[in-house]
Formats: sequence, C-alpha cells, structure tokens
Amino acid sequence: MKRYSAFAIAREAARYHEGWERAWTSPTPKKKYDVVIVGAGGHGLSTAYYLGKNFGITNVAIIEKGWLGGGNTGRNTTIIRSNYLQDPSAAIYEKARSLYETMSQDLNYNVMFSPRGVMMLAQTQAEIRGYERTAHANALQGVKTEFISPAKVKELVPIINLDGPRYPVLGALWQERAGTARHDAVAWGYARACSAMGMDIIQKCEVTGVRQEGGNVKGVSTTKGEIDCDKMAIVVAGNSGSLAEMGGFRLPMESVALQALVSEPIKPCMDVVVMANTVHGYMSQSDKGEMVIGGGTDGFNNYTQRGSFHHVEETVRALVETFPIVSRLKMLRQWGGIVDVTGDRSPIISKTPLGNTFINAGWGTGGFKSIPGSGWAMAELVAKGEPGPLAAEFGMDRFTEGRFIDESVAAGVAH
Amino acid sequence: MLILECPYCGVMADETDLHGDGEAHLKRFGPGSSDDDFEGYLFMRKNPKGVHFERWRHASGCGKFFHAARNTMTLEVYGTYLAQTLEPPKAIIDAVKAKHPEWEGYK
Repeated sequence: MKRYSAFAIAREAARYHEGWERAWTSPTPKKKYDVVIVGAGGHGLSTAYYLGKNFGITNVAIIEKGWLGGGNTGRNTTIIRSNYLQDPSAAIYEKARSLYETMSQDLNYNVMFSPRGVMMLAQTQAEIRGYERTAHANALQGVKTEFISPAKVKELVPIINLDGPRYPVLGALWQERAGTARHDAVAWGYARACSAMGMDIIQKCEVTGVRQEGGNVKGVSTTKGEIDCDKMAIVVAGNSGSLAEMGGFRLPMESVALQALVSEPIKPCMDVVVMANTVHGYMSQSDKGEMVIGGGTDGFNNYTQRGSFHHVEETVRALVETFPIVSRLKMLRQWGGIVDVTGDRSPIISKTPLGNTFINAGWGTGGFKSIPGSGWAMAELVAKGEPGPLAAEFGMDRFTEGRFIDESVAAGVAH
Repeated sequence: MLILECPYCGVMADETDLHGDGEAHLKRFGPGSSDDDFEGYLFMRKNPKGVHFERWRHASGCGKFFHAARNTMTLEVYGTYLAQTLEPPKAIIDAVKAKHPEWEGYK
C-alpha cells in the first residue's frame, strides 16, 4: 500500500495521476480462513481491522453480498456522539468517539472527522430533567458534556427559534467533542487498511448457508462457493435474522426502516449538529452545504429501504418550527436504511448458541457513531472467544437474565 | 403508504390511523414457565424478509386490535382478519399462496 500524503499528490501531479493504485484488492476467495466476517459494512470492516491490528489475525475474509459500505454505512446522517445515560453504552460509544479523533492518522485515510459539537434540545420539562441527569451521569463516566442555557443555544445556533409555538427551547445537552465524519470514507479507509494487512474483501458474494459440525461452525456456503473457517462473525445489521436462521438460533430483534433526507446546498448557516428528540427531527449542515435531516423509524417491520412518506412531513414540520429558515428549502433526496432494533434498544455483541460463531448486531439507529468501538470490542470477542470489558454487558444472555441496558434515548429516533 | 382494512369497521385505514403491535399469534408464557420460554415470549421475534403476520390496532378508528398478513419486502397486503384467532385462517393462507406458490407456509 502506497501511503497517501501531500508528497504523493505532488508526485502524481507530475505524472498525470497514473500512479494511484486501487485502494483495496478484489481477490477470489480461498478455501479456508481463520476468521470469516459476514458483512463488509463499517462494523464488519472495523472488526477485521482491529483483529489484524490488535491481535495479529490477518487470515481473514470479509464477505459482502452487495458492495462494501453500501448498506447503513452509506445511509446514515453521519453523527458521532457518546452522551449516553447507561455506563456500558457510554463506555463503548466514548471509545468509538475517541477512536474517530485519530482515525484519519491511524488509517492514513481522510475520514473528515469534524468535532463540531452535538446539541440535543430540551423542549419539555421532562427532557430538561432527563438531560440534566444524563449530564451528571456523563460526568461520572468521564464523558465531557454539559447542560446549557437557551441563551448559549442561541449563541451556538443563531438560526434557531427559541420560542416555538409548541415546543420552546428550554436548554440543551451539549457535547463539544461530538460531531460528524464522512461515512463512506470510514468504510473505505478500513477496507484499504484491511486489504493492506492481507485480508480478503469479497464483494457481491452472498452467504446462502452456514455449515456446522459437532455444534461448531465449519464454514459458509456462498454464491462464490464453499468457504471453510475456524470462526465466524456475523455483522450484518438488518439481515441478522436471516443469518441467525441459517445458524439455527433466534435473535431478540426486529428490522424497521429509518429514513433521512437532504436539502439543496445553501451557504454555511449552522456549524453544529442539532437534535430535537421531542419532535423527532435532527439536522446538520454537510461540507457541501446541504442540510442533512434525520427522521423517524417506521412503526412496523420492513425491509424496503425507503420509509413511510408521512414521516417526512412530520420531521420537516417539526424542523420548520425550530428553524424557520428551512421553510423555503427544497429537498433533494430522501432515502431509508434498515435498522435492527433490540428489545432494550442496545446492541448485541455476543457469543451465539453455535460454537465459534459471534454476532454483532442490533445497533438500531446508532450504528455509524459506534463503528470503531464496536469493531474494537468485537475483535476482542472473536480473537479470545470471550468478551472484553467493552462488550461484557452486551451479551445476548441479558435478555434471559433481565439485565437490560435500557437506552430510552436510543428509542428509535435521533442518532 | 401502508393501507389496511379494519376487519371490524371495514374502514380502509392508512398507517397514520393505525398502530403496529408486532408479531401476531405469540404463544404466551407466564409464571412457572422455563426461562427460555419466557425469554422467547418477551423478546424473541420472527423477523422475516417476506411474508409476515402481525397484530395491528385501529388506533384512530374503532380502537380494536386485529391481525394482518403482509410482506415486509414489498409492503404488499394479503388480508386482515379478526384478533380472536390463534393462527392465520385458511382464506389468508390461500391468498398468500396464490401470490407466492413457493412460500413455505405459516410456521
């Protein structure tokens, strides 16, 4: 792998840019790997990367039925934050956020992490109490957040309307080092680094079956033939249910569509991320100037990747109240992703009833922000066979034991 | 937009008038059952990519619960039926099979 640098740009400029190599290779699958990771989205690729980087396991295949980063990794609103209430969530999301800070240097790939600050508006008395509680919890967890006044909100976001007719802004939970990153670049950066370590990224290859022997996984059947493996990691978000069925176990999860939309580009007007959970809308401005708007999840199981139309209306209606300037904006695109939501709205990083098989799923509406932390924890689980401190609380057995990580703030919207 | 016919009042209701209540025909387990059964009843859910049977409520209408057979990939609706049934009636199964002969049947 040739390193990207200012020098490389100058070198290539001098020779008609003919020396750039492909960022990752597309090999034909080998007969056998130490670890097969199903799913080359952000979480699958980061799992592979930390398997190689932290544990020296590089005989790894990452199998993807579409193209890498083509699922939810390319469909989210790119927000990164870690202001969670429960300790296990705060720990893993803060680990992820801190890894984002140095990701561009680690991967030698510009992921455009922009710690511009994330603000979660409190628009009811209940929300004020909830966010003050979260701010106190974050102080104990070592996550830097604070509860700020409406005046400070207005100072940070001049375009906001504090005295909305239905939901006035009463304050906000503010995390200064939260922000956004370029979502595709995160997948591409990890893919390039994995490929450089000798891992095989196999795209357009769908897993059609899981072969087992004596209660352990033996390999997978794919549209590109049989692939044997010692260990398997299932990291397929919305499609976890199908994979679990092939492996012969069930999951406490349901898939729903979550949608987002983006406006025409306008001049810079808002340099932080604002989330309004009461009215189910959140907004940030991309580097191109588009307002990126996230909405709600559908209220029923579906795999359509488009989402219900009336959610667009609800989201936009709420945002127009809070940000009157968006009322004249035209929307350019709308899309949906399939998120897998668990009973307690927290993810699963766990061993499974099938031996040497591990699952990382259920990130629901909070998948993008957790990519590096999730991969870090999952790699440890796959390499050692037992969860490390970050993943310990996220086992599937928590549903039998009633040991939930109840993240009501992650309840279907606003990530 | 998803539109379901309420089998009680006969109204074609769109999804803003309805409330989805998850998987239909759950087998309930209470005190005295095994941990696995109880966990299964509370949390484990079918999550099919395709034909799915669900419980819905006509929330902004008659307020009654009913069942619907639906496709989660195409949002196609095969029919709705009364809540007081323990498994999908034959007419609904036939309607699904007419559209998808390869469908394995209700499990």
